[in-house]
Amino acid sequence: MSVSSDDTVVPTDPIGIVTKDACVDFPIFDAKSRSLKKTVVGLVGGNVDSSRKVPVIEALRDITVTLEHGARVGLVGHNGAGKSTLLRLLSGIYEPTRGFAEVRGRVAPVFDLGVGMDPEISGLENIMIRGLFLGMTRKQMQERVDDIADFTELGDFLHMPLRTYSTGMRVRLALGVVTSIDPEILLLDEGIGAVDAAFLEKSKQRLVSLVERSGLLVFASHSDEFLRELCDTGIWMEHGRIRQQGDLEDVLRAYKGLPA
Amino acid sequence: MRSWRRAVDDLGDGWRQRQLWGHLGWQDIRQRYRRSVLGPVWITISMAVTAVALGILYSGLFDIELSRFLPHVLVGFIVWAFISGCIAEGSEVFIANEGLIKHLPSPLSVHVYRLVWRQSLFFAHNMLVYLVMLLVYPQPLKWTAVYAIAAFAVLAVNGVWVALTVGIVTTRFRDILPITQSVVQLMFFLTPIVWVYDELVNSPNPEIAERARLAEFNPFLHYVEIIRRPLLGQDQVWRHWVVVLVITVVGWALTMLVLRRYRSRVSYWV
Repeated sequence: MSVSSDDTVVPTDPIGIVTKDACVDFPIFDAKSRSLKKTVVGLVGGNVDSSRKVPVIEALRDITVTLEHGARVGLVGHNGAGKSTLLRLLSGIYEPTRGFAEVRGRVAPVFDLGVGMDPEISGLENIMIRGLFLGMTRKQMQERVDDIADFTELGDFLHMPLRTYSTGMRVRLALGVVTSIDPEILLLDEGIGAVDAAFLEKSKQRLVSLVERSGLLVFASHSDEFLRELCDTGIWMEHGRIRQQGDLEDVLRAYKGLPA
Repeated sequence: MRSWRRAVDDLGDGWRQRQLWGHLGWQDIRQRYRRSVLGPVWITISMAVTAVALGILYSGLFDIELSRFLPHVLVGFIVWAFISGCIAEGSEVFIANEGLIKHLPSPLSVHVYRLVWRQSLFFAHNMLVYLVMLLVYPQPLKWTAVYAIAAFAVLAVNGVWVALTVGIVTTRFRDILPITQSVVQLMFFLTPIVWVYDELVNSPNPEIAERARLAEFNPFLHYVEIIRRPLLGQDQVWRHWVVVLVITVVGWALTMLVLRRYRSRVSYWV
């Protein structure tokens, strides 16, 4: 994996994501099995009880995808179908418990607008930190600060601690940073709400141009309109498996249960 | 997926992101003292108060001159603050960063570098107390004082492996967390910080001398000594360096094994 923030290194491989039969299993440690006591007792007793085994949630099953430079993939599926987990697999956060996954390129995951934001520090400082988290350098962020400040329309509020912001203002700030970066691989999870209509229109343009700049996009959304705007292929997730992948319109039609 | 390559890459990629953890480390410090008038100077002040109070108390108890005992306590305490910070915070390093680990694909080592960097900044603040102490109680410093810099570098390198290993283990087994923190507290008393090792070993009472020698088995004694001796103008004792370097190599070997085997599990466990 070349998840590196060093922009002086020119990637030798073209960017892309390849997975083969990748599975993601979450061990669920309850209060008892997560303690050392149980493991030690189990070892010493030699009597391995099958109930000692940690229950596992099979979040993803046999995921095989090949995404190359220029891919614009929309991710559809019901709640709990595995969209968010798949995005985390594609970002390299979860390495497959079985199977294979390779991520080549600098990943900018936008799953939660709030993560990496500190309520006690000012909006401007948060812009810097969030940018560093997304793999930018300090210098790159300093060049972008004015642009982001303009976009957010927060004015003097940018010097106030983030805790004084309303929810909508926080979203503006986060969107401003996220849409200012130059990602190689952009992974977007839906959940961009709580902004007024005029601002949404404005951020849409920025989002579209962000997607155009990025080399590869995977976008999970429930909005057909948004998906059609940003993506050309689709993946339909169901019960942790890929139900169908291919042309976006075909996938959407099948997902909605419409005849082909 | 398990491979040596990925374990090494984790350390290397994390190191390349030093702008990120460097910034965050400073941020952590400023954060802690935000809205206080003196800010991070409080780090320095509280170290001075604690060391002076302990120095006066124990020099009275052990009947050692304050001019000799206070420097001993102060330097020992500064080093101990770094060691205990790395271990105690290391045991929570991944648990505390759960949100970041689950939302951003970054090498695990980033969180650990941030921690050790933050502790190094604390250390630097505390060294101001040492400089003031040098004015009050001048020490017979020689050129060997530069060994203290090398010793601190070794200490920081050890901080990284300790935090990585302890952090990974406690993420899986949450019971280790309180255990680690009590052990660290206990070790403070077993390490010659508020007592003087040489004093006890050379005690006229042979039983006390015998017992004091057990302290040699305490690895922290050696870590404290390699940095305290040069700072107080005492001669180096190479035995301490040998022990520290052996532990460093063995510790890193162990950490690479843990990192290779469990690195990719941490995001599942947090």
